[in-house]
Amino acid sequence: MIEVLSAGALATVQDLGRTGSLNLGVGWSGAMDPLALAAGNILLRNDENAAGIEIPVFPFRVRFARSTVFAVTGADCAPRLDDRPILPWWAQCAEAGQVLSLAVPKKANWQASRAYLCIAGGIDVPLVLGSRSTQLRGAFGGHQGRPLHEGDVVPIPGPGRQARSGFGLIPPGLVLPFEADGVPAVRVLPAAEYECFTPASHDALWSTPWKITPQSNRYGYRLAGSELKPVRPLELRSHGIVPGVIQVPHGGQPIIQMRDAQPSGGYPKIGTVVEADLWRLGQAPIGSHVRFVRCSWDQALDALAETRRWVANARRLVELHCSHGGSDD
Amino acid sequence: MISERPRISLLGTTALLFDAPGETTLETQCRIWALANEMGRLPGVQEAVPGMNNLMITFVEPPRRLHEIQDRLVELWTSVEPLPVQGRCFDLPVTYGGEGGPHMADVVTHTGMSVDEIVAIHSAPIYTVYALGSHPGYCYLGGMDLRIATPRRQIPVLRIPCGAVSIGGDQTGVSASEGPSGWNTIGSTDVVFFDVARTPPALFRPGDRVRFKVERVVR
Repeated sequence: MIEVLSAGALATVQDLGRTGSLNLGVGWSGAMDPLALAAGNILLRNDENAAGIEIPVFPFRVRFARSTVFAVTGADCAPRLDDRPILPWWAQCAEAGQVLSLAVPKKANWQASRAYLCIAGGIDVPLVLGSRSTQLRGAFGGHQGRPLHEGDVVPIPGPGRQARSGFGLIPPGLVLPFEADGVPAVRVLPAAEYECFTPASHDALWSTPWKITPQSNRYGYRLAGSELKPVRPLELRSHGIVPGVIQVPHGGQPIIQMRDAQPSGGYPKIGTVVEADLWRLGQAPIGSHVRFVRCSWDQALDALAETRRWVANARRLVELHCSHGGSDD
Repeated sequence: MISERPRISLLGTTALLFDAPGETTLETQCRIWALANEMGRLPGVQEAVPGMNNLMITFVEPPRRLHEIQDRLVELWTSVEPLPVQGRCFDLPVTYGGEGGPHMADVVTHTGMSVDEIVAIHSAPIYTVYALGSHPGYCYLGGMDLRIATPRRQIPVLRIPCGAVSIGGDQTGVSASEGPSGWNTIGSTDVVFFDVARTPPALFRPGDRVRFKVERVVR
């Protein structure tokens, strides 16, 4: 068990998402930064899809009721185990009764806003419709279908055989940077209604920074910037959409659909942030800016292959370290 | 936006969207359901998700040769046998207007009709469940009278309650849980549409039919 001593709003149990139930109106949910969750799980030799806790608001504190191996990935929140500073992105060992504290993310070398607490064996909540992710809108999955509160006791598995501590990974934010004119960027493929927007809107989309407003969350990021205008007003029939779709409501300020997005919608779509870059967006802090970079289908697939290679390489390094009897401190 | 030929567009590398040609009809939807069955069986396809006269295909793995799946969609569209409508019929009691219908006034303003006229027109048809989407258990209904069509809101509302009966463009539907929406809410019902403990969890399936029973009108 781990006991939640203090949690800001919206700390949730997430795995890599719940696919296969779109036909029931059930969206994917899952970690906003799937790369950080997968990396945490790899450090603990878990399945990459094992559930962890996504933490978007700090401070956050938990007490381990039994000894366990864990890792904190995502944002660098100056983690401490009792009073001792510990490294993020590092397999760590906690003794029964020790308290893990996470602070507001440091303006470190990589820009990030969400931390992931991964536990050897994964957070042990039941599978619902094939996933352990919290479905906030449907109030199911994760820990009782809701964000974690102070006093919650979250189940973790018994002592694992596989996990070791004492080694880490370099965050992908450091080794896979992507920027346009010094501003963090994401790749975008034009979507169905792209051509229906004015030339000035196209220019603004590709060449100006977009601010992530405080009205941004796991459902979607509401952006502020130039007004995007269709040549004439558009009313569409409702259709399936996925995380990454950039909708433009009639007000002209775009909304990027995120992991808890509705799986269907009807606002015009100017583009879609490609799957390979959703983890970057998932870590973009409120108030920061993002640039959109137009890409081709092949470039988008190449970018996806690059992130997959990073994950595969992380897995290989961890296995290599553990098979050589790496230290166990 | 209605086109003469099927339109296929990208939803990033995650999915493709197929939009059927012509006005929104039940006949086209029967063909969409059949297309969904066929596409859902293809290797590499994770899910085929019907919308309103359209179909989203999500990928297990995005294909390098995109045109192959695009060609297959167009070919199947012309060759599939439309599925028949085989559903159950449900009556949903609705309280129109008042606190549970905060945007009734906007529909009145847009259509120039009275609350009573809007209620009469909205509760007259037998609607068909075209598709599920938006949130767990929500269904899109086909068959709304175009006289009460009202554009989606300029800015989506952050929170509308479970059971909200609403109009978005020329479509209508009922919220199955509390959440954000860009539609105009004109009434409310207290039916439970989704329960994860039930099998299947969603009350409705595509092809089911729905009638709105006027329980009360708050003017």
